[in-house]
Order: sequence, then structure tokens, then C-alpha cells
Amino acid sequence: MSRCFGLILLLACLIPAPGVGSVPAVPNADDPALEARLSHLAEDLRCVVCQNESLAESRASLALDLREEIREMMRTGMSDDAVVASLVARYGDFVLYRPPVKPLTYVLWGGPPAFLLLGIALALATLHRRRTLRTPSDVSPEALREAAQLLRSDDSNHPGSPIASGVASRPSHQEER
Amino acid sequence: MRRWAPLLVFVALGVFLYFGLYLNPKEVPSPLVGRPAPDFTLPVVGRPGETFSPAEVRGEVWLLNIWAPWCSVCLEEHKHLPRMVGDRVPVYGLTWKDLDREAAPMLARNGSPYVAAVDDRDGRIAIRFGVTVTPETFVIDRDGMIRMKHVGAITPAVWQTKFEPLLKELGA
Repeated sequence: MSRCFGLILLLACLIPAPGVGSVPAVPNADDPALEARLSHLAEDLRCVVCQNESLAESRASLALDLREEIREMMRTGMSDDAVVASLVARYGDFVLYRPPVKPLTYVLWGGPPAFLLLGIALALATLHRRRTLRTPSDVSPEALREAAQLLRSDDSNHPGSPIASGVASRPSHQEER
Repeated sequence: MRRWAPLLVFVALGVFLYFGLYLNPKEVPSPLVGRPAPDFTLPVVGRPGETFSPAEVRGEVWLLNIWAPWCSVCLEEHKHLPRMVGDRVPVYGLTWKDLDREAAPMLARNGSPYVAAVDDRDGRIAIRFGVTVTPETFVIDRDGMIRMKHVGAITPAVWQTKFEPLLKELGA
């Protein structure tokens, strides 16, 4: 019985109290859909006076004017692409944070990947050089094989072993002493 | 060669950065150059009831100078503009966002370098011209085409090297 009461109490909590949740929020524009389009579009547009800010985040007066201009264009039924095109016609590709790929911007778009590839190539070349430096090239493969065989047989202190014949220099040096 | 490579890279980078220092980030190439100047009809500052439209000067080479009463560089430019331009071309002004209505008394007090200055109070026409800063000056040819946009004040050197040759070419 008390569990049932608890459940009712819990469900009662889900009923919104009148006058709390139903207070209408003050609309920040006449048309929220248009406002959403605007803020989405303005993210990718540069504020032309404060060049490192987007049109969406800038509070410069020209940015405010431009946002109003975009709103007006949208109200007349222009598509996003048409709005962007009309801004590009006045301010140039500079207003776009993602400039189009064309001959003038090949270096801009191609530069970073080219430098990345150059860096990778240089790193690989350096690594390759270091790896070849580590293997001593003045010992013939036969000598190495012979040395490995000797190490495996574990009788390196045997007199008359080929060690003295110059495969490894240090033991022969000890023998001379 | 290998030993000099870092130095060469450093020098190359240095040269790029050195010249980069002298680039003006405000000097954005205008796509309007070679296109028809936007049309407008706006009231003339200080002359109630009068308006100006670019159509009225069709057939002439003219300058449109964007200025604002709150722009000190523009006011400095006003002092020198008449001496440089002389009577070669008519200079019209576009008064950008004169919200405090200072333009008319200011031009009356200091003397206006313009044939007429129009009142772009809310800055909408300036946006059509792709204006980003003041002062900016457009050279507009006989067919109403924008032939050049200069960002910043016109100094005598700029007038000699950028404006004079173009005006000569346009036959003004």
C-alpha cells in the first residue's frame, strides 16, 4: 500500500506545475527557423572588419549590419547558396572561412598536405639512414655466420678457434697480451 | 650542402616573414573592380530634400569616397583631397553610419571636399560596395563601372602612383 502511494507521488512529480514551465520565453527574433539558418551560415563567414572572428561571433557594428542584411535576403526567399554568393560578389572569397579550390588557392589547400608528405618522407629517409648505420658493413656475411655458429657451440675459449683469425677483434687483442 | 640546409631554410623563412610584415591585411582585393557600381538613391547631407544617384554622373569619371564623421583619418584626408584632385574629377562622398548626425555641421564647419555627400545612415549601401573600413575610395568610369578601390587615406604618393595613371587611362 505504501509502495503504491510512493508510486503515485512519483508520478505526480511528472505533472508540470501550472505557471512554472509554461512561461513563454521571449523570442529573440520573429522567425526562429530563419535565425537558426542565419547562425549556421554566419559560422562559416568571416567578419570583414575583425578578420579573425566569424560573422556569428562578432559584435562589431558591421557584423551586426551584415547579419541584418543576410536576414533580409533570407526573408525575400533567397537560398543559403544565393546569400553566400551575393556576399562573395561584394567582399570576395575573403568572407568565406572555407575558400573554394581554384588556381589561386592551390597553394593554400595543397600546401599543408605537401608539407606533411615532405615531413614524412624526410623522417623515413632519416630513419632508414640510421638503420643502415647501425649494421657494420665491414664484416662479411660469412664471418657473421661463423661467429654465430661459434657462439652457439659455446667453446669460444678453445685454443685455435677462428676467433683469432680476425672475426672479432677484441679476443685477438687479449691474446696478444 | 647538408650543413647549410638549416641556414638556407631559415633565410627563406626570414624573407617571407619580412615581406609579410609589410602586407596590409585590410587590403582585400575587391571583386567589385570591373563590375558596375551598385545603384542607389540617397539624401544629400546638409541639403534637405535633395538626393543623389550614380545615374546622375553617368558619362563622367568620378570618385566615391566612403567616410564617417567618427573617422579621424577621413577628416585628415578631407584637408588634402581637394588639393590633390583639383578639378580633374568630381568627388562624391558616402557618409557611413552617421548615427549622431554630425556630418552636416562638420562639413559646413570644415569645408566639404565633395560635390555632394550622401547619407548612408544605416550602412546598407556601404555593404553593397563591400566596404570594410573608412576611408575607402572607388574610381568609377564613364560607363558606371568600378575601376579601382583604394583602402585607406589617399596620400600624395598614392594619388601620384595609383590614381593619376588610371585617370589618365580613363581620359579624365
